[in-house]
Amino acid sequence: MADAPVVDLHAVRRSFGSQLALDDLTFTASAGTVTVLLGPNGAGKTTAVRMITGALPAEAGEVRTFGLDPAVDGEAVRRRCGVVAAKPALYDRLTGWDNLVYAAELYGLGADAPIEESAARFGIDHALDLRVGGYSTGMKTRLALARAVLHGPDLLLLDEPTSGLDPESSRAVLHMIDQLAAQGRPVVMCTHRLLEAEGLADQVVMMEDGRTLVAGSPDELVRRVWPRPSVVVDAENRASLDAVASLAGVVSVTPVGGPVRVELDDASRVPDLVARLSLDGARLTRVTPHEPTLEELYFAVRSGALREPVAVG
Amino acid sequence: MSAAVAVRRRPRASRGSRVLIVARTDLRQLYQSPDFWVPMLVLAGFFFVVAPAGLLWGVTHLSGNDLVQKMGSTLSVLPGSARSAINQRAPHASAAVKASYALAVYLFAPLAVIVPMTISTAVGANCLVGERERGTGEFLSHSPATERELYIGKLIASLVPGYLTTLVGFAIYSLVVNLIVGPHVGGWFFPTEQWWLLMFWVVPPFLAITLSVVLRLSARVKSAAASQQASGLVTLPAIVLAYAQSSGALFSHGIGNAWVGLAAWVVAVVGLHRGARAVTRARLLGVDGDLG
Repeated sequence: MADAPVVDLHAVRRSFGSQLALDDLTFTASAGTVTVLLGPNGAGKTTAVRMITGALPAEAGEVRTFGLDPAVDGEAVRRRCGVVAAKPALYDRLTGWDNLVYAAELYGLGADAPIEESAARFGIDHALDLRVGGYSTGMKTRLALARAVLHGPDLLLLDEPTSGLDPESSRAVLHMIDQLAAQGRPVVMCTHRLLEAEGLADQVVMMEDGRTLVAGSPDELVRRVWPRPSVVVDAENRASLDAVASLAGVVSVTPVGGPVRVELDDASRVPDLVARLSLDGARLTRVTPHEPTLEELYFAVRSGALREPVAVG
Repeated sequence: MSAAVAVRRRPRASRGSRVLIVARTDLRQLYQSPDFWVPMLVLAGFFFVVAPAGLLWGVTHLSGNDLVQKMGSTLSVLPGSARSAINQRAPHASAAVKASYALAVYLFAPLAVIVPMTISTAVGANCLVGERERGTGEFLSHSPATERELYIGKLIASLVPGYLTTLVGFAIYSLVVNLIVGPHVGGWFFPTEQWWLLMFWVVPPFLAITLSVVLRLSARVKSAAASQQASGLVTLPAIVLAYAQSSGALFSHGIGNAWVGLAAWVVAVVGLHRGARAVTRARLLGVDGDLG
């Protein structure tokens, strides 16, 4: 059971009226990993989070969180989850302290609830005696994060946690999430910001129209979309790069702005490629391995480079 | 940050019933909203103190006035049991004093109904749709609290302000009545037996019936404004019914009123039980029927 996924959604379907929000959604999230649900607005990310805690039941398919069915054991599941919603969902008329006390009490914590510690962890302890209505967006997000971890959840679900934040606050929040994951807490995070997921995700679940387009680790997905090694090549005289396509081992050449991305059949071809271009008079200014960003991966997948769901977990 | 208000009190978290936790937090928010409760206090103050005190003082002290004389003659429209009770209490009193007694004991009864229903309806109409509008429904729907706990918590939070205001108002009203009318009818006489029945047996179930409808509306409608409007309309018949019943409770005696009160309690329990089903997590999230 040690390897059982913390979250396991299989062929989950949910609609709202005539609108299909989730359609055959399948993914798993394992212990100690950060899983990023990536997709445009309306992809079904928020609904997926709501399914995980049992806040909404699935119409079809199977949802398991900690091995439990949230539709049946909702209370037990929700007690172990910490959720930060897309809107901070705080009580504006109450102080930050009162908001945390309310959460502590609902989750069954007593007088020893680590309210000050949670607030200090997210740098909001100085404002606990102020009414939340006077908080900035960044302060609200920090308080919502403090509230989400107050009861020591076994799973963190973060829905667009940096929404509305300035870059500095966003960075701080992402750093905090990274720290939480480093402590072994599994995190499922929704975002449509690709840069945010970059470097944070152990697993990416790309969603579109309520379905899983692909799921897997970023490296794994990159290998699937771009199975062959690539290098980005640039030269003082870019016309000298026209001959690249005819060289041995070159599978394809794609312009990327000024430079070109050269796909090779094997990484060992690179020294020969450089030597050949130099012999032909090209004055190379750049030869670097191509490491696709999540953004490139995302658009490649959405353009149809990889459509079949990938089983992971 | 300019709008932030420093508050020093830091209550510790306590373990307990989630129903009471929800109710207490809602009441705490209400307490933090003077823009809401100050008008309600003014309303209660007017109905329980200002209007009765003014009328009763006027009637007992301005006995030569034509209007007061006419009010005295209206005693004849009261039921025989009421006229008999007045005559027993103050057989030799002037018509004006008897009129003030009738006003105090019989004709202000509806106040005891209107005030709690108005206040509790205003609180209840906002309590569930308000969570959805503020986005805090998301927090509650992901919390371990069950829908029933949330419902009962909200019910208590809606009931307490109205009923508490009414009880306090009732106490003050009793004082006012005894101080103004008492000296003319041989001492303190209020509350009468019928008023005890009204306050503790008739008003609570009607309040509960009203709230069972209001909370159901609050769970279903799209906005707080719509909830307020719909609640006002829907509770109007309940207020009329309660008004009639409250008057009846005072004008008559016997076991009949106790039975009517019992019937109201039964309806209230059934209504509340059915109303609990209106609270769902989907509705708290605002995705009941369409994408929120």
